[in-house]
Amino acid sequence: MAALFSTSARVALRSGASASYKAGAASLTFARGKATLPDLSYDYGALEPSINGKIMELHHKNHHNTYVNGYNTAIEQLQEAQHKGDIAAQISLKPAINFHGGGHLNHTLFWENLAPKSAGGGEPPSGSLAKAIDTTFGGLDGFKGKMNAALAGIQGSGWAWLVKDKQTGQISIRTYANQDPVVGQFEPLLGIDAWEHAYYLQYQNRKAEYFSAIWDVINWKAAEKRFS
Amino acid sequence: MAQTHTLPPLPYGYDALEPIISKQIMELHHQKHHQTYINNLNAALSAQASATQTNDVPTLISLQQKIKFNGGGHINHSLFWKNLTPPGTPGNELGGAAPALREAINSRWGSQDAFTKAFNTELLGIQGSGWGWLISKGGPKGRLEITTTKDQDPVASGDVPIFGVDMWEHAYYLQYLNNKAGYIEGIWKIINWAEAEKRYTAGVENLLKL
Repeated sequence: MAALFSTSARVALRSGASASYKAGAASLTFARGKATLPDLSYDYGALEPSINGKIMELHHKNHHNTYVNGYNTAIEQLQEAQHKGDIAAQISLKPAINFHGGGHLNHTLFWENLAPKSAGGGEPPSGSLAKAIDTTFGGLDGFKGKMNAALAGIQGSGWAWLVKDKQTGQISIRTYANQDPVVGQFEPLLGIDAWEHAYYLQYQNRKAEYFSAIWDVINWKAAEKRFS
Repeated sequence: MAQTHTLPPLPYGYDALEPIISKQIMELHHQKHHQTYINNLNAALSAQASATQTNDVPTLISLQQKIKFNGGGHINHSLFWKNLTPPGTPGNELGGAAPALREAINSRWGSQDAFTKAFNTELLGIQGSGWGWLISKGGPKGRLEITTTKDQDPVASGDVPIFGVDMWEHAYYLQYLNNKAGYIEGIWKIINWAEAEKRYTAGVENLLKL
């Protein structure tokens, strides 16, 4: 009975049907030390019309999953190199770990900081984060304008993030190349994926339209939780 | 007045590279993406001309990256269109169209297959947006190397770009989605080896007047 229960619970968790998935900081899933693709807390089509279902499906099942696999492969190789005491091999794995591990972190945070309108997507932030945005950017519209300008200015693939400075507690906008994750001095609050695969099937080269439409499905509750 | 750059016409129709690259991709890639690099390059060059007149050094410095990115985008795409040719044309055959280059490739990599494999590995290893290139080091008939450049960085000046493969997602996504390997497999069927031979033996005289 206990075994049956644990199996069905796992199936329920993995099915994506259980919408009780709480948005929060870094709810990365690890099974037996391996990274696994986290379920979305909403359906692939739930962010339409801002992001269409086909993009969401490919982005989650194919792109994110490739980062998960790439990360696991790199970590296996790292463990082998550590086991052998091969320092050169360990160092040479750094770019792969940064890229695939970063891709896994970034996408996991991204799915959480999106939500369908029916689940609060697009509702403005409140509380201390709203206050910090007012103080720093002169209001939510001011922030969106600056974030969109940062996104438009990315040359190549990358992300724009609203981050919190661990030293000062202040918030700011920072862009990161490729899959470089937000680590070190800064904590990620809210990220927007500016890779072409995040919007191209729907918006093609009109990326400004994607950057404008995504605000309708931003889950500020997730950002608030990360901020506090 | 700063010189303004214009979009070079394609040497073939938008649908001429089908089924390898769809008409829709080619239209967007040429008319929208390439054109945007040109517009932004012209804007940056014009701002540079004004800043030069007023001796505004901070502005001149801040324009450098814009010029590199958009100028690189213009150069890279101009090279790319010319180093592709419709499938089934004589230019597609390395042996027939590029005898000198074929010999150089064989002596460097052992065989065309080994070269293709090595090139594909480099392409698939690009993390983010960028290009894969076969270059001739230091000028025409130099040592061959496979290299990658990130975003729109052009090939180092002095080296000859023999041919390039665009690995930005906009180059293939509408048709191949996340199947990068499928795009790469196809691209070999539309490489213009005749143009590659010309660049290998004589270089590229003016990157923007190909």
